[in-house]
Amino acid sequence: MSKKFDIFDILVGKPDDADHGNKPVIIQGITGNFGSVHTRLMREYGTNIVAGVTPNKGGQSFEGIPVFDSVKDASKNFGAKISGIFVPAQFFLSAVKDAVNNGIKLLVAIPEHVPVRDAMEALEYAQTNGARIIGPNTPGVIIPSVNKIGIMPSQPFTKGNTAVFSRSGTLMYEVSYHLSREGIGQKIALGIGGDPINGTNLIEAFELISDRDEVESVVVVGEIGGDAEESLVQYIEKTSFNKPVVAYVAGRSAPKEKRMGHAGAIVYGNYGSAESKISSFSRVNIPVAKRPAEVPSILLKLMR
Amino acid sequence: MKLLEYQGKELFKEYDIAVPKSYLVRNQHELSQIEDKLQFPVVLKSQLTVGGRGKAGAILKCMKMEELAPKFTELMNKEVKGELPKVILIEEAVVIDKELYFSLFLNRGKRTYSLISSSQGGMDIESVENKVIQDISITGLTQSNAERIAKDLGLNGVTAESFSNVVIKLAKLVREKEAELAEINPLAILKDGTCLALDAKIIIDDNSLFRHPELRKYVQISELQEQAEKSGFSFVELDGNIAIIGNGAGLVMSTLDIVNDAGGKPGAFLDFGGRATTETIYKALEVISKLSKIKAILVNLFGGIVRTDLVAQAIINAYEDGMISVPIYARISGAESDKSKKMLSNSNAKLYDTVEEAISSLVQYIGLSR
Repeated sequence: MSKKFDIFDILVGKPDDADHGNKPVIIQGITGNFGSVHTRLMREYGTNIVAGVTPNKGGQSFEGIPVFDSVKDASKNFGAKISGIFVPAQFFLSAVKDAVNNGIKLLVAIPEHVPVRDAMEALEYAQTNGARIIGPNTPGVIIPSVNKIGIMPSQPFTKGNTAVFSRSGTLMYEVSYHLSREGIGQKIALGIGGDPINGTNLIEAFELISDRDEVESVVVVGEIGGDAEESLVQYIEKTSFNKPVVAYVAGRSAPKEKRMGHAGAIVYGNYGSAESKISSFSRVNIPVAKRPAEVPSILLKLMR
Repeated sequence: MKLLEYQGKELFKEYDIAVPKSYLVRNQHELSQIEDKLQFPVVLKSQLTVGGRGKAGAILKCMKMEELAPKFTELMNKEVKGELPKVILIEEAVVIDKELYFSLFLNRGKRTYSLISSSQGGMDIESVENKVIQDISITGLTQSNAERIAKDLGLNGVTAESFSNVVIKLAKLVREKEAELAEINPLAILKDGTCLALDAKIIIDDNSLFRHPELRKYVQISELQEQAEKSGFSFVELDGNIAIIGNGAGLVMSTLDIVNDAGGKPGAFLDFGGRATTETIYKALEVISKLSKIKAILVNLFGGIVRTDLVAQAIINAYEDGMISVPIYARISGAESDKSKKMLSNSNAKLYDTVEEAISSLVQYIGLSR
């Protein structure tokens, strides 16, 4: 068995680390439209972005951040273990290989429209080399009041003890916004990604917090497509996962065989249907909110 | 992208998977050109993307020449789940000894491909019995793996050999064409023991199409869909009369559910993704304006980064340009919302603080206007 992946150790660090709460991060695709806007916003939030990578633009700089041709050059001087990937989908696989080959242990993969074949190859490559991918097609991950790697707005999130794991980006913001308004802050909010293949699926997200006592509860935001929620329920049963969990599932009224925005949000027959997911959660007494705004009151009732 | 049966069978031919002798017919003229070549009986199959064609009567057997033209006309005019065919596939009927089920699909949870086979074909996969599901590597599938699968199904001799060849060839097709699903149901075993694919259901990974120019000819989208995609939107037309616009697939789906719960009927799903600017909102409204069935529009934006006054400006522009006239109910969380409310006060649009309030006003309006 390999050592358990500790995302807090990578993103925040140990209390006596010199760079505790200030871990170095590189951004692949920093000079692109999306990459540059969000580099600025991540920095404003407190993310320590030390270098950027854009092939053929090495030697330039972006707002004082040096840009390199490859992760190899970027990581040499900074020892970064975290990368935010903002490259166009067709360059995703090569960006992942560059990162994994050069010491990156956590890859937050923002691009949408990555072909499944590339995503599968990238995941296998990362796994074989001891690295972890979040995404692709994820809004990223945020440790409120420490740092964020991704494209989520900062306002909805507040520091606290709930974990939010979501297959949808905007619903992660929406649910966190409602939680924060009711005084329920988040220890971590992580986007699984809207694609059929995810580097960190719901079960692996739960594993990130299962033995952390300070995480008191979990909110799962699911949606139609695939069977990630059903598998999560089996995991919860098998491991007797004992923190309170509230679920929300989007797409109850979506028609079958139509892709609802996300590549992964599609129902075939009963496979991937909202009913199947909701009845799985109900079977193990996990309450399912009917609307995002209902999540906090249901959670507060459970915690009482 | 889900291929039509004949398109799937074109790929089968390319990969040397046997299919029945067939003709593709678009109209009476084309029919008259091939009818002399036909060996009766033949099967007429409506080419539709929706499932359940057999049950819906969109597949007809034709015993003799006299039945051909009327049955062709019947199928061309037969709508199944709102879809009319553009073309009919006419296949020569074959004498079948046995039917199997066989598919390869992307197993999302396991992040691998899985193979489903059954010695009972012809049915809906959910009702197929004696299913055998196994994970395979589509890159490393060997002849002996394939022979093993044939053996597990109780096949032997010529049939086992023919079947294992189909397995190998279909895996190659899935790998090279980047399919999420390739299903042959039924896969017929003929009197001589060889396999023949009687149907084809193939779904190609849309995100891989940029490297498959050869598949581009199969892309069939409506003009409106094309316009939406060019702007980078995800757009799905639905049955009702309320258009729902938002930023993020999950958020729009969730809004659809709340509208439905409140008794409203969504008529369009439009996710414009990332950033909300005056231009993207205006373009989204432009797509919606082409749907005459839409009686009201719901805009649900979650931002933080969104400046609501930019959205308000797009709405005002759309009304002033006469592009839309139906009322807009908007929930926009973000900066400058008081200013935006004032901007919209003289228009046919209303801003709300919560999506629930916006939906309840909208549904009430639809009820009153009926």
